[in-house]
Amino acid sequence: MLGRVCAIRILQAIPTLLGVATLVFFLLHLVPGDPVDALLGESALVADREAMRHALHLDLPLIQQYTAFLGGLFTGDWGNSIVDGRNVFELIMERLPATAELAAFSLVLALVLALPLGYWAARHAGSSKDYAAMSFSLLGVSIPNFWLGPMLMLLFSVTLGWLPVSGMDAPGSIILPAITLGTALAAILSRMARSSWLEAMSSDAMRTARASGVSEQKIWWRHAARLAAVPVVTMFALQLGAVLGGAVITETVFDWPGLGLLTIEAIQRRDYPLVQGCVLIIAGFYVLANLLADLLGLWLDPRQRHGS
Amino acid sequence: MVPDMMTGLVQTAGKTVFALLSVPLLVLIAALILGADGRAVNLDAILAGSSTAHPLGTDALGRDLLARLAEGLTLSLSVGVIVVLLGSLIGISIGVTAAWMGGWVDAVLMRVADIVLSFPGILLAIALAAMLGPGVENLVMALVAVGWVGFSRLARAQVLALKHAPYVEASLAGGSSVGYIATRHLLPNIAAPLLVEASFGLAAVIIGEAGLSFLGVGVQPPAASLGTMIKEGTGLMLVEPLLVFWPGLILFMVVMAVNLLGDRLRDRLDVKGNSGGA
Repeated sequence: MLGRVCAIRILQAIPTLLGVATLVFFLLHLVPGDPVDALLGESALVADREAMRHALHLDLPLIQQYTAFLGGLFTGDWGNSIVDGRNVFELIMERLPATAELAAFSLVLALVLALPLGYWAARHAGSSKDYAAMSFSLLGVSIPNFWLGPMLMLLFSVTLGWLPVSGMDAPGSIILPAITLGTALAAILSRMARSSWLEAMSSDAMRTARASGVSEQKIWWRHAARLAAVPVVTMFALQLGAVLGGAVITETVFDWPGLGLLTIEAIQRRDYPLVQGCVLIIAGFYVLANLLADLLGLWLDPRQRHGS
Repeated sequence: MVPDMMTGLVQTAGKTVFALLSVPLLVLIAALILGADGRAVNLDAILAGSSTAHPLGTDALGRDLLARLAEGLTLSLSVGVIVVLLGSLIGISIGVTAAWMGGWVDAVLMRVADIVLSFPGILLAIALAAMLGPGVENLVMALVAVGWVGFSRLARAQVLALKHAPYVEASLAGGSSVGYIATRHLLPNIAAPLLVEASFGLAAVIIGEAGLSFLGVGVQPPAASLGTMIKEGTGLMLVEPLLVFWPGLILFMVVMAVNLLGDRLRDRLDVKGNSGGA
């Protein structure tokens, strides 16, 4: 049963990925304005324009460009950067580890902050402790990361001199970017943890457990935690994808040489094949994270297996 | 019953919203009274400190910071409201159509929505804004292209639940047109969750606008956006930290007020939903 439902979900992700690739392709090919004009300027020589057009395969019919693009996705031929002529896929793979490192640190930080906070708020629901915890979480979802980053930099790097300002070479350079990226995640997760824990605690199963003399501590940690974990784990998996979107801004703020910064550099240099590749890979990871969230939900919560 | 919202937060939400909005409001009012031109370059007054003429000082081009904050705030709010209005209009129309028609229309429309949802919202908006080129209109378009989806999914789910309600079927049997049923019966009944979605959407769009402008794919100089001001201020952080502090604080306060308002609305209207946020 579980295997079949999972297989269906995995198969369903294939057309979604194809749709994503198609949207990215048309996004870059159907927008107003000529990319060659944008790259070379309108005063460029006709011969130069034609050469560029040919190099980017823009002289082919759209449908042929599209099939070549789809074919290239599978063979690793994602085109070449206009700026330095290097293979787009290689460029992306070079930057991927830095983003993975930042994402991993941020997610771990978010979890370490969110779970105790959510538990604490749920345990003291309705009290001033709950109020304080949830105010922090509201603060976390509302603070723009492109402001939080500079403010942290100002305090910890410039004023106190404890941490490096930017880049990733100096020791401790990951701390501020990870806090910047992880804050919103921690806020969202702690809210989720709090409400799931409370919901679990109010279920009949907990009332039964309490009535049969199970200790309060055990109910919170053994019984309710297991129920509450389902939405929290699912949300965490969703954040695996969302963190890549946030990385675009955080990496720009801290000059962190990952995929996000590469995307923005490519946009600024109008390096269309590279923009295409970057957007595609981030969206691809996002789809996979959503799929993972789905599968985890199915695995943890048997109720979800029905009706799907 | 699960206390979905924090009781304490709700009780004080009204006051907190007011307190949060007081600083941005003060900026708007003070700028209106002083009437300085936020775009007037004055190279004799570069990075000037606080004075009667410039209560918050000036930026790297000698422009009045208070006036620029007011301009940026007005722009953020206008873009936010316009994007939410357009996005909800498009999204709700699509969602209601999909639910009402069903069949292949529903399948196609929701497939498109799924694909848009397969991108981190901010990434798709960045890519779209970059491709469309700079300017407020393109920025609005990029944000609407991402923002309609939430409304359409929500409206669709709500209409599906109501489609076979006795009063809808009675109205159909009585010969009412689909348009009449949609506006008279369906919309009023699905308004509450959509309103909550709109308030969280507004917070997300305000941050989105500033984020895109921060990255250089949104509002362009000499126009002021809180995002471009944070960007400019970051570059001068070592010289004058207040240039990055003020626009960010104003942005943060507005977004937090809107989020809090969304929380309160959700609680008031008793809407169950995912916890909001950008």
